[in-house]
Amino acid sequence: MIRVQHLCKSFNGKAVLSDISVTFETGKTNLIIGRSGSGKTVLLKSIVGLHEVESGEIWFEDTLFNKLDFKDKKKIRSEMGMLFQGSALFDSLTVEQNVRFPLDMFADKNNDEKEERVNFCLKRVNIINANKLYPAELSGGMKKRVAIARAIALNPKYLFCDEPNSGLDPITAILIDELIKELTEEYSMTTIINTHDMNSVMEIGEKIIFISDGVKNWEGNKDEILTSDCESLNDFVFANALAKKLRSTAN
Amino acid sequence: MIGFLTQFGRYVLLLKKVFSKPEKRVVYYKQTMREFVNLGLTSIGIIAIISFFMGAVITLQTAYNTENPIYPKYLIGLGCRDSMILEFSSTIAALILAGKVGSNIAAEIGTMRVTEQIDALEIMGINSASYLILPKLIATLLFNPILTLIAIIVGIFGGGIAGTLAGVITTENFIYGIQYAFIPYYITYSLIKTVVFAFIITSVSAFQGYYVEGGSLEVGRASTKAVVFSSVLILLFNVILTQLLLS
Repeated sequence: MIRVQHLCKSFNGKAVLSDISVTFETGKTNLIIGRSGSGKTVLLKSIVGLHEVESGEIWFEDTLFNKLDFKDKKKIRSEMGMLFQGSALFDSLTVEQNVRFPLDMFADKNNDEKEERVNFCLKRVNIINANKLYPAELSGGMKKRVAIARAIALNPKYLFCDEPNSGLDPITAILIDELIKELTEEYSMTTIINTHDMNSVMEIGEKIIFISDGVKNWEGNKDEILTSDCESLNDFVFANALAKKLRSTAN
Repeated sequence: MIGFLTQFGRYVLLLKKVFSKPEKRVVYYKQTMREFVNLGLTSIGIIAIISFFMGAVITLQTAYNTENPIYPKYLIGLGCRDSMILEFSSTIAALILAGKVGSNIAAEIGTMRVTEQIDALEIMGINSASYLILPKLIATLLFNPILTLIAIIVGIFGGGIAGTLAGVITTENFIYGIQYAFIPYYITYSLIKTVVFAFIITSVSAFQGYYVEGGSLEVGRASTKAVVFSSVLILLFNVILTQLLLS
């Protein structure tokens, strides 16, 4: 479980996140949704410690993460996996080496065990016969899946995904969403996903928070989102023509 | 002034991160070996070619500007040797490497920054500054002196070939000249300068790349800044070190 309390973050005096408090639950896919520039990525990067926050607390179980020094953060970070918007695979390493990288750095395993784990992770995300390819030779969907394989290589307790299906076609996007959901249940991880894709919200949104201009405006799940009376959320959810049409039909 | 101090402070803090204890020595060792190839071995060609022609030009220019019969011919060889050892092999070669290696480092690290690869390292709990920069520093600090020695040897050889082919000096005179009044300390002086310049090139370029914000345009700008700042610092430290080591 991850608890965020009264989190505030600003850049050059401009508030980007204001008094965000939320609890992300274990074994569930927790979604942070909102328009581009609403502060989703800043919130996610603040939670994982890539941004220093001005005030507020970030708890990983019973540990106050944002007050730890680099050394102590390392222990919790070894339990994190993250999928970045652009996959962030290391260009100079092959698929196999990318997935093996965290194992080389932190795992107490011999070469055979590492190889076995790499192959297991790649198979789990349906990457077959691509071990020797470089990231530049992969499609967008394959890159995301390799990045997921790298993220789960060390059996993380926490998985963070920053817009996991941006730039993907709808079918591949659904496959990635389903994969993240399956892995979350399989490993009982606390998963936090940033997205503005309503398909993802309706597919895997077990817990959802909506952020607008750095402020948390709404919290609920995928069943409640369509009946909310939060105006800014409704503007976001029913932004496209199809959604508006469905809504007017339902009304 | 405040801007300069802020940047200098960030540079010092980055170096502090770079020189912290490595997470896993085996991985750092492999990375260092890779950098020996990327930054060192691949520079041998350009250093050898430029040194050869610089040695040739120095010899010919010395010959055509010292046609006075009072000057013994072997001084052409001596001039070529000292020019190569004192200035070309360390300073000019460092300026060339600032262009080749410096821009490479800034672009590589800058691209890793804007594509979130550095964030990925940080998330894993890896000291990204140390992991990315320390192997490059070790590789250039150890390999650039070898490049300097190659530059000296190839440059003097180029001078000898050009001088004899152009008929401005005999081989015997040239060899006598390069042996005449040889001061071994000049080699030490040159190698000390090379090590300092290697540190400047690598650390300044890495600093420029590491703190890039934005996209490909900013990465390009960081590469340019890396070359410009490294070159200016090399010239500045050339004066300081010469005064300290030769006075």
